[in-house]
Amino acid sequence: MSWDTETIKMLLEGVRDTLYMVLFSTLFGYLLGLPLGVLLAVSDRDGIRPRPVLYRILDIIVNILRSVPFLILLILVIPLTRLLVGKSYGSTATIVPLTIAAAPFIARMVESSLKEVDRGVIEAAVSLGAGIRTIIFQVLIGEARTSLLVGVTISLGTILGYSAMAGVVGGGGLGDIAIRYGYYRYETGIMIVTVVVLVALVQILQAIGMMLAKFLDRRRV
Amino acid sequence: MAFIEIEHLEKTYQAKSGDTEALKDVNFSIEEGEIFGIIGLSGAGKSTLVRCLNLLEKPSGGRIVIGGQELLKLTDRELRLARRDIGMIFQHFNLLMQRTVLDNVCFPLEIAGVRKRQARVEAVTYLEQVGLADKALAYPAQLSGGQKQRVAIARVLASKPRVLLCDEATSALDPQTTQSILQLLKEINERYRITMVVITHEMSVVEQICDRVAVLEYGRIVESGRTREVFDAPRTDAAKRLIYTKAYSETQSEGSGI
Repeated sequence: MSWDTETIKMLLEGVRDTLYMVLFSTLFGYLLGLPLGVLLAVSDRDGIRPRPVLYRILDIIVNILRSVPFLILLILVIPLTRLLVGKSYGSTATIVPLTIAAAPFIARMVESSLKEVDRGVIEAAVSLGAGIRTIIFQVLIGEARTSLLVGVTISLGTILGYSAMAGVVGGGGLGDIAIRYGYYRYETGIMIVTVVVLVALVQILQAIGMMLAKFLDRRRV
Repeated sequence: MAFIEIEHLEKTYQAKSGDTEALKDVNFSIEEGEIFGIIGLSGAGKSTLVRCLNLLEKPSGGRIVIGGQELLKLTDRELRLARRDIGMIFQHFNLLMQRTVLDNVCFPLEIAGVRKRQARVEAVTYLEQVGLADKALAYPAQLSGGQKQRVAIARVLASKPRVLLCDEATSALDPQTTQSILQLLKEINERYRITMVVITHEMSVVEQICDRVAVLEYGRIVESGRTREVFDAPRTDAAKRLIYTKAYSETQSEGSGI
């Protein structure tokens, strides 16, 4: 295959589709994962509202979801994907399994970020008469914001990796191109280019995320 | 009835390895506007005691009455309101590190539902009182220990407390800074008639600002009285040990009480 405008166009569309899948999956992943992570951090034994039974249940659910291999999950949720999107292939459809895979992962990231917040600062807020909502939003999330942002960066990278895997079942995006051309048609050139583009995307997302996190961190002079 | 009444306060920590009685039948009362010191060696239960006074730590038994309110009988909501009247400052300051000094002082005002604009105006006046108005836009990480404690004091003042609990508030500071913080606390006590409970292992702190003092040993109050009297003529061994080894105890730096 020659490096004509068609190929370049296809690759650019691949980048677009990949970013589309990754960004929306991360967004939806956070819509589910952020509250879940907060719940985990708050309900744990040394959280601000210890609820051991609730924590145990959520903990198990998250662990189960996280231990299902993404490829299997991709196939398992096809009925749900059909229900929500109307079809089971293509970029939009892939957002469903990606979100389901991302949410528990994100919940863990959020949980660990929030648990890093200094206990003393939380106690100071309690001693000032802060309610649980203030503590969650102003103290936990406010103080952990750089760590949370690093979490977003890591999540983006992980979801990008997952999205490429979805190429196996016609998920669209760069992974799809790599599989169809590189693997099924033995066009190693295209496969390598796709992988390079994927690597570049991760690098860029990572760099932007870390820069933002550093910019927002006030703990250092 | 005194402003703060503590009766038969008990605190037992339960663990698999056995129960630990941190506080045993603690009784004392504090008059409004008084500065009351609680001294004791590390592990005597000082921190546990002061943390029981705003229920950061839940006592296992007893009564805590502050300003006529019996804390253990309050609902969650009532307790949150009561806590606004009971300020606390800490050994490690516990400021919000991602907020400016000004926004730290605004925090209790936000909790009280004061509008942002109004809160800022008010916060500046508290910062002026602790002599840090010029640092309003700095972040805590840019301040020295003494300055951080001043911010913490401005923050606690913003919630207009009637009681101030000081949990080893000067223990992480050098002697000179300790002096300036003690002076500030004294000023605040006189200006607002805030009742203060000062927990410390530094005898000089008690000597300088406390009207009365209680000596805590193994979770019990073994001696209490006017500071001068206790310091001049300690009756119990525990008090003698603390007071006569003053020079020694001051060179010891105590770890976190949190």
